[in-house]
Amino acid sequence: MHIERDVFYIILASLALMVAIPWAAGMLSEDIFFEWPFFFEVAIGGLLAGVMYSLVALGFVLIFKASGVFNFAQGAMVLFSALTLVGLQEKGLPIWLAILATLAIMALLAYLIERLVLRPLVNQEHIILFMATIGITYFLDGFGQTLWGSEVKILDIGFSNQPGFYFGGKILINDFDLIAALIAGVLVVSLALFFQYTRIGRALRAVADDNQAALSVGIPLKHIWVIVWTVAGVVALVAGIMWGSKLGVQFSLALIALKALPVLILGGFTSVPGAIVGGLIIGAGEKLAEVFIAPLIGGGIEDWFAYMLALAFLVFRPQGLFGEKIIERV
Amino acid sequence: MIYREAGEFKSSYQADQAILTIRQDRWFIWGLMAFAFLVIPAISSEYWLTTIMLPFLILGLAALGLNILTGYAGQLSLGTGGFMATGAFAAYKLATAFPELNIVIVILASGLITSGVGILFGVPSLRIKGFYLAVATLASQFFLIWMFNKFGWFTNYSASGVISAPPMSVFNEILVTGPHATPVAKYLFVLTLVVLLTLVAKNLVRSNIGREWMAVRDMDIAAEIIGIPMLSTKLKAFAVSSFYCGVAGALWAFLHTGSVEPLAFDVNRSFQVLFMVIIGGLGSIMGAFLGAGFIVLLPILLTNAPHWFGLNIAVDTISHIEFMVFGILIIFFLIVEPHGLARLWQITKEKLRLWPFPY
Amino acid sequence: MNIRKLKFGIGVATLGAATLLGATASFAADTQFIGSLVYRTGPYAPGGIPWADGFSDYFRLLNERDGGINGVMLELEECDTAYNTDKGVECYERLKNKGSTGMPAVSPLSTGITYALLDRVVADKIPLITSGYGRADAADGRVFPYAFVLPSTYWGGADIAIHHIADLEGGYGSLKGKKIALVYHDSAYGKEPIKTLETLGAQHGFELSLFPVPHPGLEQKATWLKIGRQLRPDYVLMWGWGVMNATAIKEAAAVGFPRDKMIGVWWSGNEPDVITAGQAALGYKALQMNRVGADFPLHKDIVKVLYDNGKGTASTPKDVGSAIYNRGIQSAIYLAEALRTAMNEFGNKPVTGEQVQWALDRFSLTEERIAEIGVTGLFAPVELSCIDHQGQGQAMVTQWDGKQWKPITELIAPNMEMLRPMYEESAAQYAKEKGITPRTCG
Repeated sequence: MHIERDVFYIILASLALMVAIPWAAGMLSEDIFFEWPFFFEVAIGGLLAGVMYSLVALGFVLIFKASGVFNFAQGAMVLFSALTLVGLQEKGLPIWLAILATLAIMALLAYLIERLVLRPLVNQEHIILFMATIGITYFLDGFGQTLWGSEVKILDIGFSNQPGFYFGGKILINDFDLIAALIAGVLVVSLALFFQYTRIGRALRAVADDNQAALSVGIPLKHIWVIVWTVAGVVALVAGIMWGSKLGVQFSLALIALKALPVLILGGFTSVPGAIVGGLIIGAGEKLAEVFIAPLIGGGIEDWFAYMLALAFLVFRPQGLFGEKIIERV
Repeated sequence: MIYREAGEFKSSYQADQAILTIRQDRWFIWGLMAFAFLVIPAISSEYWLTTIMLPFLILGLAALGLNILTGYAGQLSLGTGGFMATGAFAAYKLATAFPELNIVIVILASGLITSGVGILFGVPSLRIKGFYLAVATLASQFFLIWMFNKFGWFTNYSASGVISAPPMSVFNEILVTGPHATPVAKYLFVLTLVVLLTLVAKNLVRSNIGREWMAVRDMDIAAEIIGIPMLSTKLKAFAVSSFYCGVAGALWAFLHTGSVEPLAFDVNRSFQVLFMVIIGGLGSIMGAFLGAGFIVLLPILLTNAPHWFGLNIAVDTISHIEFMVFGILIIFFLIVEPHGLARLWQITKEKLRLWPFPY
Repeated sequence: MNIRKLKFGIGVATLGAATLLGATASFAADTQFIGSLVYRTGPYAPGGIPWADGFSDYFRLLNERDGGINGVMLELEECDTAYNTDKGVECYERLKNKGSTGMPAVSPLSTGITYALLDRVVADKIPLITSGYGRADAADGRVFPYAFVLPSTYWGGADIAIHHIADLEGGYGSLKGKKIALVYHDSAYGKEPIKTLETLGAQHGFELSLFPVPHPGLEQKATWLKIGRQLRPDYVLMWGWGVMNATAIKEAAAVGFPRDKMIGVWWSGNEPDVITAGQAALGYKALQMNRVGADFPLHKDIVKVLYDNGKGTASTPKDVGSAIYNRGIQSAIYLAEALRTAMNEFGNKPVTGEQVQWALDRFSLTEERIAEIGVTGLFAPVELSCIDHQGQGQAMVTQWDGKQWKPITELIAPNMEMLRPMYEESAAQYAKEKGITPRTCG
């Protein structure tokens, strides 16, 4: 992967600030407790939480990259896939069959969305397509609850949530978070391989680059869109499983989209590695801020801090860290 | 036949610059005003006034504010809720610190305060565009709500952080806020304010400033090249837009609910207002109100519809169906007319012009 | 093209309506209308559904078994708020004039909606009953003639939690120097107990730390790292709601904070929260305004009369007796008894909100009456007056044992000598701001 030089510097500088600001705050203020093992504990916890955000952000990136649609329904898709999986499991299906069935349903959903929503709206402005995905969100929220009810459902994938101690017992890392990060990593690598080496992957990249050109060399745009939405559905399912086993499968799952948005703009709407790097920076940044800065101004700053952080990056790189350079002509 | 401007000639510059150049349009608007000011208060039940007309007018005003920013100046924003909250809390602080102030002054002043805040959060728009800007404005949304929640000063140190409107009156005796204000008084007060502010907005967007905004929206680089100052034009849009949102927020807190907590203006409110603007039609004053009507009325219609037909459906099922139908209708309207209800309205007018002889 | 789509749309709509044809509603002139604002959908539905079922089941039982209250049949209509304030206000306005006498009382079941209705209920003369939520200072009936906060408020809850901690530590004297943290939903609801806890902290010398969690509380890692790894408080109090509760319990487990040192308010003590948290929730404590369980005579009647005949609100009786279900029953009993009192005074016909307010102002639910209803021990007797709209304010501490909430204390009454002046002070400030002249209580 090619990294531009200024992106490299920005990342380096932000890393330095992430270490320096908590340290300085700890030195200057008595309210703030600063110790290196604790700092690393927070930072690692944040990085792992960030991976969970990346999982959701990935779905946004895939669709935006291939079809230019800012898919507001990604959160609803996470909820819908998790609900379907748990619902099927409760109906007595074994887990592997339930996963396969859910995947099939997500593929069907992708087909329907392409056929009924995207195709009639082809060539419309971005904001119109964005609004259409909001329509999809409403529909999925209602439909999912109609099918499976609004009660909270338990999704147990058998990972413990017990604290694990590493580095001589000094640093606490949650096992669940580690496993989640691992799964996210596998997902990203396989997506990268899929995009890089398969025929469909090449077609997807071609469409992302220029869909007119792709169309003219004979890549069927309709199929590509269905495939992209299906892949986004798969990503949603993985995110739904991970978040659902963490929070229980319930309506609130749809709200995690809001945690993914700062990740998305920081990394850039069009970059898969951007979603990962963005997740790591946002995750670590917001946790460090909550622990080492919040005591000075009152707690609960995580949410807006993530957005402020993303905003600060955008001021330097308006297209996000790894986004395609915006070229404007008169 | 009815709607035809043939034979209407403009004989002065003044007539040429009128907002409504066609006689039928003028009649229509006067008729609408008469209906809104005289007929609605006379025939509406309390339910209609307080739960449909008030939210419709107030959110319509907020949508108008956002439409100035997004529809006219092309700056996508999701900070509307935060700006509405700013208006509400500013109005509360003003009303409790200076109890003798007139409510009109309180509300307009809170609008001005909000426009100051809006300018501050508008600065990043000089660098950031499109969806990136939309998500970036969420920073202001979350920050403002957090701030009102966090610092007791904004709520006069109330234990729960909730603000409550003191009773205030216009013309010395007609109460418009507080528990003893009549729905009709509230409605007429809001309606007057909304009509006046809409008139201002309409004139603003067809003035020099409005043309600058549209130039920036259509292509900002080109606009800059022909000498439109980017900084002041964008910030003006943020200022005016936030003013409208601030006024809407103050009206919401003081006249609609009476007491609010900051969460009443959370991110969902921002999305709601954005939906109104897109559904109603970007870059249209009329569209803001059509969109507000769609988003406010439709869910209420959908929840009530089963009762009117005498159906007895469990409330959760109704809610789910409401969600689904609402989603389908959004998509349906976008497919039928991607440029919003305002465009639909325009097409109707054009068709009407030819009716009944299409050639 | 467009016409075709329109046709399709209409087709779908008709199809939808046709499949949903059900029984038609009927309002007889002499039935008592009861409006119920509930949330069976939306992000908080897991907690809202059992409450709504309990509330509705009690009135259904009264109709089926006793023929209503004093011979007046009850007509319950629900309206789904999805815990959304705008929808809640719409629900209230829609229901308030239904039936022959309008809505006799309203329980909005959400702090946000409560605030939005405070002004309206005064104008409409409909009592606002917020059982265990809403505005604590509404306990002062002089400033809030139409708001009732029986049986307890968040301020009372905070005091009871500290009382319990003092008991564990061996008296209030040993609280000195202890560290207590409050993890709260950063909203009007979560902020209510802060003032009480600060006052108590100053009195008894414990150190209070505040940890706001932004709505909706999906991510709390930083908060719990601070609590579990840095501050290491002696106790954590929790004012959470919805998904925030389960997340907090899980994160507490993840940093190794002992769950039996965590005490949640009643809204953090629901079955969906702890069941979602699974093993992590073992030993977690929560306050309850009512006992949990289905072995009361009333519950047996509910199962026998309603569920065995397929007339229950829920499809299965699995939630009957759960903490929130019983909370719904408790609210329903308060309302039913207020209706009964009003009918005894104004005649056995549907009563108005104003008449119910009269009844609530002299509301008295004695031990004997509770036994008659068949819920001895479910909750404490309550007595209200014109000046006191809260009553004794008791609650108990329960502990989750993996299956149910086991009571570990008796009902504890909060220290009203401390709370009452606080209520009055806060209510007086509200009265001043709103230009309310407090009524005089005879």
